[in-house]
Amino acid sequence: MLLIDCPYCGKRPEVEFHCGGEAHIARPETPAEIADADWGSFLYYRTNPKGVHAERWLHGHGCGRWFNALRDTVSDAFVATYEMGAPRPDVAPENAKA
Amino acid sequence: MRRFSLKSLLQEASSGHQGWERQWRAPEPKKEYDVIVVGGGGHGLATAYYLATVHGVTNVAVLEKGWIGGGNTGRNTTIVRSNYLFDESAGLYEHAMKLWEGLSQELNYNVMFSQRGVLMLAHNHHDVISFKRHVYANRLNGIDNEWLSPEECKAYCPPLSISPELRYPVLGGALQRRGGTARHDAVAWGYARGADARGVDIIQNCEVLGLKRHPDGSVAGVETSRGTIGAKRVGVVAAGHTGVVMGRFGLRMPVESVPLQALVSEPVKPVFPCVVMSNAVHAYISQSDKGELVIGAGTDQYVSYSQQGGIQIINHTLDAICELFPQFGRMRMLRSWGGIVDVTPDRSPILGKTPIEGLFVNCGWGTGGFKATPGSGHVFAHTLATGEPHKINAPFSLDRFRTGRLIDEAAAAAVAH
Ligand SMILES: Cc1cc2nc3c(=O)[nH]c(=O)nc-3n(C[C@H](O)[C@H](O)[C@H](O)COP(=O)(O)OP(=O)(O)OC[C@H]3O[C@@H](n4cnc5c(N)ncnc54)[C@H](O)[C@@H]3O)c2cc1C
Ligand SMILES: [Zn+2]
Repeated sequence: MLLIDCPYCGKRPEVEFHCGGEAHIARPETPAEIADADWGSFLYYRTNPKGVHAERWLHGHGCGRWFNALRDTVSDAFVATYEMGAPRPDVAPENAKA
Repeated sequence: MRRFSLKSLLQEASSGHQGWERQWRAPEPKKEYDVIVVGGGGHGLATAYYLATVHGVTNVAVLEKGWIGGGNTGRNTTIVRSNYLFDESAGLYEHAMKLWEGLSQELNYNVMFSQRGVLMLAHNHHDVISFKRHVYANRLNGIDNEWLSPEECKAYCPPLSISPELRYPVLGGALQRRGGTARHDAVAWGYARGADARGVDIIQNCEVLGLKRHPDGSVAGVETSRGTIGAKRVGVVAAGHTGVVMGRFGLRMPVESVPLQALVSEPVKPVFPCVVMSNAVHAYISQSDKGELVIGAGTDQYVSYSQQGGIQIINHTLDAICELFPQFGRMRMLRSWGGIVDVTPDRSPILGKTPIEGLFVNCGWGTGGFKATPGSGHVFAHTLATGEPHKINAPFSLDRFRTGRLIDEAAAAAVAH
């Protein structure tokens, strides 16, 4: 089980959290006007990196707030957490493979 | 290939088993192949086998970054069944089931396919309705699946508790008698041996790093850790690493890779006659011929390549096992492990063409592709040999994530296997 550093509560066990999947995916503003491939890409295609991944987390059994995190999917280590709406921070762990 | 027979076994028994040849060669890669299969799991090896046996395409290499069968093929809980809801899935998994039924003979290799029956338990009203719907849909497709009362479930699987006092009492179950288990390693080895004997090169410790393309964009070969190898067609069968391999080729895929765990107990005498699955409490269990209880757990909630899931996931599964089978409450667990499974949005696999001419993909089997190994290899071999999908795998195109023609087994069952 992971220890997750909630930006509001500090380090808490993983069971208190829910992972909301990849972060920074914007819903197209005019779905009816875009190509099927772009709509499919929004709905179904994710980055799925072996390395640093930006994702959304909810501290459901804690403060109840959403935040974003960078996590290395090779080691599962959290690299950074940051507020929803903030841009992805420019940090990478040493062992991360792109 | 020296065939296994009573005569060859007796001969070897009398000479200390010193005369057996290697089961497959360890060749150096050639300059060029007609077809390269990326990934030496069961699906990749079966693909190569059927390319050679059904289509006569023998100038084939299987490139495996580690050792064959070391991925999910060698990590899975080996449940085989074909009672899927949708016609497309029924067609694909039943095609595999029919091949399983003759596989040991076909390969002259004992894959220990045991049709001991797969029983899926219903614990709530929704399960009951959904499983009965599966039973009826399966029957229309000519696939055996029958509804059992709680008492009939108990008679089929005596260790099961059907006490109404359970937190999630057993309200009945759907039984596929033709379902069962097989020996996972033997499946990889049997296909490898058969493919090798027909001229296929199985090249281990050879990681695919990139794609070589002709000026018109079509496939020219692959870059590997053992140099560049030419190919007319390439089929990627890399399970949890599909996203990584296709990423190296410049393509995004609609899959996410997550850890899935399993564990085995200390070995005991035969106590468990069949396979039992419970989606609601998330546990599945059978007993191996070595005597270990083989128990499957769930996936982690996030993308990971760590091959190590969270401990809370296996604890949750063991809670359910102990409640359903009180006699296992004091069993000790021997080992647990994880595999990285590639999950698609509709929980159905992808088998077919890609946007690159000459590049094909077979992936997205997620938590439940072992059962499909023979069928998947058979139809993917057709796809690679002819350049077009077989009618069984045509619906499982990558393009369905653009057209919206999903095969939504996730919504149908929300099951792991
Ligand atoms: C714990 C667990 C339990 C499961 N239980 C069941 C079950 O009960 N029933 C069922 O039907 N299914 C089950 N599954 C799913 C099943 O294991 C898989 O769907 C199936 O084995 C996939 O086979 P494969 O040959 O496609 O993949 P794999 O066996 O994973 O083979 C892919 C191969 O590709 C290789 N590879 C990756 N990248 C590269 C590269 N760049 N170059 C060269 N080679 C590469 C890998 O090393 C690997 O050997 C389970 C899976 C797990 C993890
Ligand atoms: Zn918090």
